[in-house]
Amino acid sequence: MCLFQSVMNYFPEEVLEHVFDFLTSHRDRNAVSLVCKSWYSVEKFSRKKVFIGNCYAVNPERLIARFPRLRSLILKGKPHFADFNLVPHDWGGHVYPWIEAMAKSRINLEELRLKRMVVSDESLKLLAKSFPNFKSLVLVSCEGFTTNGLAAIASNCKFLRELDLQENEVDDRKGHWLSCFPESCTSLVSLNFACLKGEVNAAALERLVARCRNLRSLRLNHALPLEVLQKILVQAPQLNDLGTGSFTHDPNSETFIKLKNAVKNCHSIRSLSGFLDVNGRCLPAVYPICANLTALNLSYAPGIFSNELTKLIRHCKKIERLWILDTIGDKGLGVVANTCKELQELRVFPSDLYGVGNAAVTEEGLVAISAGCPKLNSILYFCQQMTNAALITVAKNCPNFIRFRLCTLNPIVPDAATNQPLDEGFGAIVQSCKGLTRLSVSGQLTDQVFLYIGMYAEQLEMLSIAFAGDSDKGMLYVLNGCKKLKKLEIRDSPFGNMALLSDMGKYETMRSLWMSSCQVTLGACKTLAEKMPRLNVEIISENEGGAGEVEARLDDRDRVEKMYLYRTLVGPRTDAPDFVRTL
Amino acid sequence: MVDTVTITTLDVEETELRLGLPGAGDKKRGFEETVDLKLNLSSKDAPSDQAHFQGENVTDDANTSSAKPPAKAQVVGWPPVRSFRKNVIARSAAEESAFVKVSMDGAPYLRKVDLKMYKTYQELSDAFGKMFSSFTIGKCDTQGMLDFMNESKLMDLLNSSDYVPTYEDKDGDWMLVGDVPWEMFVGSCKRLRIMKGTEAKGLG
Repeated sequence: MCLFQSVMNYFPEEVLEHVFDFLTSHRDRNAVSLVCKSWYSVEKFSRKKVFIGNCYAVNPERLIARFPRLRSLILKGKPHFADFNLVPHDWGGHVYPWIEAMAKSRINLEELRLKRMVVSDESLKLLAKSFPNFKSLVLVSCEGFTTNGLAAIASNCKFLRELDLQENEVDDRKGHWLSCFPESCTSLVSLNFACLKGEVNAAALERLVARCRNLRSLRLNHALPLEVLQKILVQAPQLNDLGTGSFTHDPNSETFIKLKNAVKNCHSIRSLSGFLDVNGRCLPAVYPICANLTALNLSYAPGIFSNELTKLIRHCKKIERLWILDTIGDKGLGVVANTCKELQELRVFPSDLYGVGNAAVTEEGLVAISAGCPKLNSILYFCQQMTNAALITVAKNCPNFIRFRLCTLNPIVPDAATNQPLDEGFGAIVQSCKGLTRLSVSGQLTDQVFLYIGMYAEQLEMLSIAFAGDSDKGMLYVLNGCKKLKKLEIRDSPFGNMALLSDMGKYETMRSLWMSSCQVTLGACKTLAEKMPRLNVEIISENEGGAGEVEARLDDRDRVEKMYLYRTLVGPRTDAPDFVRTL
Repeated sequence: MVDTVTITTLDVEETELRLGLPGAGDKKRGFEETVDLKLNLSSKDAPSDQAHFQGENVTDDANTSSAKPPAKAQVVGWPPVRSFRKNVIARSAAEESAFVKVSMDGAPYLRKVDLKMYKTYQELSDAFGKMFSSFTIGKCDTQGMLDFMNESKLMDLLNSSDYVPTYEDKDGDWMLVGDVPWEMFVGSCKRLRIMKGTEAKGLG
């Protein structure tokens, strides 16, 4: 060790820095900074990309002090269940303080990627003004901004390469944000505004596309009709990734024929999505590019019938990532299984959210996929029903799952054939898939499934539980067994104080724990908060009355409706709203 | 022992959970209000008045009453799908294809058009022109059709032997095409009839 040390110290810092440049994973760089003081220092000043999985685990000042030369930041805000309306609207996760602090410290920010954060127009305006080399903005499942904020980005970021908006709630002021890209802007590589509801100036878009010769990825919103898509494809046949806007037109029209020809010319498209408003009879226009597609997202198009879907999929032999709706049906999944031998990730979303009565998929489709697609390693499957036998078969067929998320439309439905809980099925999955890092369970489940998870899911980092288990034992199995657990989210399950308090130190090894509609009481949460000062234990109230009102009503023996706890270096947050109380 | 009356024999609809429509998201329904579930509760200190779960053993109990599925229940946040996706589905549900019959006086057979394929009266008019060009008697070419959509020319044409597009609305009334905004027309049109101008004098 001494010899090694002295040998390494012989190298000037530039060399160390150059070596560290090859380390791309955050974990590797974190590990490297722990080796010795000089490595820490070199790594600190050469770190360009920082990932913060929970924005309240640190604060902007500490970030800047720790990595003063950072150029790229990834921040995540609200807990995952916020995506499903379980977190009240103003809970937090504001990005403004981060942007403000980095602007003040003259950080040379080039990239910002945010997930589940509140992004105000002020933040976007400040961002646009403060970082002259800013290149890439990616917002996923965020809210709080309008198209005015986007206009600021478009107007001021001279070297913008990427503006990627994924599934955000944007207040569309129907302004001319797209027209704000100056004529001098030619640097765009990626532009995704599929989640915007309003119209954009088609002519401005066409001119923008024409002058950005490096544009590789373009995803339109549903307000743009097929005519515009056709003109854009003529201007940008070099695209790799295309999100169509509206895809509905009279297939006999001249516009449609022109579109077909334009599509034929796009030899580089590998990823296709959109179809936000689609007529199935228009789909054949994309057949010519299907053979080379590696990613296909048809999950926003409930209007496409199963037979139209399968006709399309038969052309897509190289697909690696497929997102579809359950309108495809089990038979359609059979076609996928026979055709898509390169498939790695499959997501089947529910189409019937409003009780219209559409058919869904069952265990049969899942089994067919597992049998036909040897490279499958990631699945999200919303289904009508499931059986243990099917899950056991899937586990045997696909031992390589890293992500396995099953969601039965009825959260507590038992095995459709035997009426038993689905414990054995999920047990088989965790036993077989030794590399599993993410798991979501559903259906009727007892403590037994958690015994299996604790025993076998050694690599598990994230677990989602809903309406499952019988007692504290279930949660205990998981906390004791899953050594690599980082995020645990539980709703509507009978886990209580005993489980919560059994291993308090565990929570410092995890990013966060969410428990809602469980059996934990206020008293237990207080105990936990007292014993573990480096955790923030937040109690989130249903009624948005003042904290005083909440305190007066709740007694230590009362159950807590929503609790969110997370490790943090910076104590209770200062921006918590009234209905959030950090114990 | 497993009771032979299994859940699979039940109507699928009974096992289906539905979410409220978008906009009703503020209505926070507690789980116990909406779902009749019985789950095992072993914890002794469960507060009685706030229990979310009714304490009955469901795992090995063969009584089907304990396995009764929630009927048309609405559970917050289930299935777990992001709002963006929910809104897209809702919008599409409202926008299913709208095939309507189109008849033209004097033509040997009817046609069907999907009104969702068009965004304006102009587009529909062009489509008619193409569709019925082989059947035209008199000045029913595309230009003629264009004129039908122009109110000021309509009166001139009504007195000639040219054709006028009309539609039957939800109430069963025959209306002149072109009066209401396009979306409203698509929503209310049940069938179309391209009438001889002389017959259409009474309309509008």
